[in-house]
Amino acid sequence: MSLSLAPTETEQGSRLLSGPLISILSVAGFLLVWYIAAEIAQSRMLPGPVAVLQYIYNESVHGDLLTELGITLWRVVASFVVAMVIGSVLGLAMGQHPGLNRVLDPWLIVLLNLPALVIIILAYVWFGLNEAAAIGAVALNKIPNVIVTLREGARSLDPGLDEMARAYRLSYWSKLRNVTLPQLQPYFAAASRSGLSLIWKIVLVVELLGRPNGVGFELHLNFQLFNVTAILGYTLAFVAVMLAIEYLLVQPIERHATRWRNKPV
Amino acid sequence: MQRAGVTSQFEIRIEDKTYVGADGSKLTAISEFVLDVAPESMTVLMGPSGCGKTTLLRIVAGLDGRYRGDVGLPPDTRIGLMFQEPRLLPWRTVRQNIELVAAPDFSAKDLEHLAQAVGIADMLPRYPQELSLGLARRVALARAFATKPDLLLLDEPFVSLDERTADRLRRLLLDVWQARPTTAILVTHNAREAILLADQLVLLAPRPTRVVAVETIAVPRAERDPKTIDAIHADLLARYPGNFSSR
Repeated sequence: MSLSLAPTETEQGSRLLSGPLISILSVAGFLLVWYIAAEIAQSRMLPGPVAVLQYIYNESVHGDLLTELGITLWRVVASFVVAMVIGSVLGLAMGQHPGLNRVLDPWLIVLLNLPALVIIILAYVWFGLNEAAAIGAVALNKIPNVIVTLREGARSLDPGLDEMARAYRLSYWSKLRNVTLPQLQPYFAAASRSGLSLIWKIVLVVELLGRPNGVGFELHLNFQLFNVTAILGYTLAFVAVMLAIEYLLVQPIERHATRWRNKPV
Repeated sequence: MQRAGVTSQFEIRIEDKTYVGADGSKLTAISEFVLDVAPESMTVLMGPSGCGKTTLLRIVAGLDGRYRGDVGLPPDTRIGLMFQEPRLLPWRTVRQNIELVAAPDFSAKDLEHLAQAVGIADMLPRYPQELSLGLARRVALARAFATKPDLLLLDEPFVSLDERTADRLRRLLLDVWQARPTTAILVTHNAREAILLADQLVLLAPRPTRVVAVETIAVPRAERDPKTIDAIHADLLARYPGNFSSR
């Protein structure tokens, strides 16, 4: 807990280091190392940051980069929503009903250990090379993680608050909204944080194996052409999108959801 | 204000409440417990710690249905319950905590009055984690009254507070309660607290919980100053040494 004493000079110094400045310096340092390495190598296999940024700019303005990014992002969002909804419902149910948990637990373990590639191949074989199979396969890879996290959350629900809700005769929806879901907020945050990163990686594999567009498809294409600039360009562009989602969407939402925590008087 | 059926006398009758331990052994917590609760009065259940008082209160509140017997409450009884811990929702402000359970006809003005009465008017926009235990208890008290309860249940509501704070809260409880008399059951192991608050004082013996005696305290509450309470306490101590000796 922070004490509200006047900050000393050393504290201000360490605050600078813990602020955004240190993150920016860290990224700048990486770019510098990359630049120097590319200058020394002078190879098509390792283009420098300038060449890659140039590629991103050109492809955005004259090429399809933005469209491909949009398509991949759409698949990420769709898989994410499907996985979170199904995983949360199942996880909560399994955490609250030990009987159901015993029935589903072996399947959960199977699904947790099934390689992503197997699920993707089978989905394409059984349901065809279409959008639904692609998104379903990605979601199915993420669902067991969501279940495990939310099941832990359901088990850690405070029985005291549950009694309070029952004593005061809260309705089912009121209890869900005011008592249950806020307690699960950290578990939702953990599941979605690890979910986004896992999902976008699997989406690329799905696109590579059976979609005619998206970042994964472009990576595959440029791999065959040995175009490392394009591969790095697409990767960087999508990482930038994910960073933007993290800093502009996920973190502000989280700050809003946890605003009640640890406020000193 | 009060609805039909609730103002009348009601009877708590618990024939048997048994816990099954983790090793399968049975433990009888309450047996053959019968108590008449008078309307619009304060009934105080007093007994040593661990004598099943909380179990009893949970059964009356309808939180525990696994017992044999009957609590003669109409099904639409509105209950205000104050737990030993405040049990406020930390992610809701004080105002939201109270409004969440408040009776449908509980207006914003009622809330202002109530908050003023229990001294939390400045705290309404705050989150519970910013409050001391004493303040959080006041909020819990306000919440219990905001339901405009037909039956008010208080489970050791002033435990683990320093004596001055506890005493202020007891007076506060009496003020709010006397402004709108409600059938109330309070559970405590504190003899002075019991004597200060009770109309009807029920002395309990532990394991299985049963009624030792029911004492009516006739002295009007306004006249229960420390000296009078000491006198009543001395009298009860002489008659029920088992229940009043300080351990």
